[in-house]
Amino acid sequence: MAILLYRIDDRLIHGQVVVGWGQPLDIGFLVLVDDLVASSDWEKELYRMAVPPEMEICFADVGTAIRDHARYATDPRPGILIAGDISVMHRLVSGVKAIGSVNLGGIHHRAGRQEKLRYIFLTQEEERELLALESSGVEVTAQDVPGARAVPLAEILGGSV
Amino acid sequence: MSEGDAPQKARAIVIGHGEFSAGLTSAVQQITGMGDQFVSLSNTGMAPGDIEAALKAHLADGTSVIFTDLPAGSATLAARRVARDMPEVVVVSGVNLATLLDFVCSSAASPAEAARGAAERGRASLLVLERH
Repeated sequence: MAILLYRIDDRLIHGQVVVGWGQPLDIGFLVLVDDLVASSDWEKELYRMAVPPEMEICFADVGTAIRDHARYATDPRPGILIAGDISVMHRLVSGVKAIGSVNLGGIHHRAGRQEKLRYIFLTQEEERELLALESSGVEVTAQDVPGARAVPLAEILGGSV
Repeated sequence: MSEGDAPQKARAIVIGHGEFSAGLTSAVQQITGMGDQFVSLSNTGMAPGDIEAALKAHLADGTSVIFTDLPAGSATLAARRVARDMPEVVVVSGVNLATLLDFVCSSAASPAEAARGAAERGRASLLVLERH
């Protein structure tokens, strides 16, 4: 197997990831890429307690995730890699050429962001960063849960949803 | 609450996905008339920081119990972060109707004690009934 989903979600580990995607994909491990979480034992324990015992969770800062990606990708179990924001995923993609697609799962409202989808809000800078990600050969779509339609980036930014 | 009664101060927060908390508290109201012991919140469309801010706002009113739906949910994670700096706050995840009914009917000395007892009742209410 391999990492089946590279997801950007500002909630990191939560119900949609563990249950919504985790159950139908029979996920065996999660990789949470976040510099802050990776450096805090308390945060790691918080997320560890949130996942079921049959699901392993690995914590990594961006550098470690780039270094260890080949190991994640050859793990016999299906996995999900989660980053909390676009810039973290962009840095990861820059260091790992094997990533072919990125899922936007949840980027919520804050000052300066505009609503693109019910669960996707972006600043202009974030829009540019996603376009740069796609122009590097990575397919970018938005899809909060497996049963929803994967919305292409052009459609997200075009606001024609 | 019957007409003319003064509004009762909420004793606990119920937070979860979608309309989960509103549905549970409306069921408590229907069964006991004590649904106003709860503040009902939904995490729908909220970033983690927004959930934490909403919880803190209600805890500032003196509430010390948070019931959440899913242990892995963003509401539970936010509640645990908030409770980290507030040792008097009790978080109960996996809440069900039996839990909330026991909580509102409890004669325990404090909401925290009532929450602990209610969690046990809620756990015991999960039964598999077949071929009887």
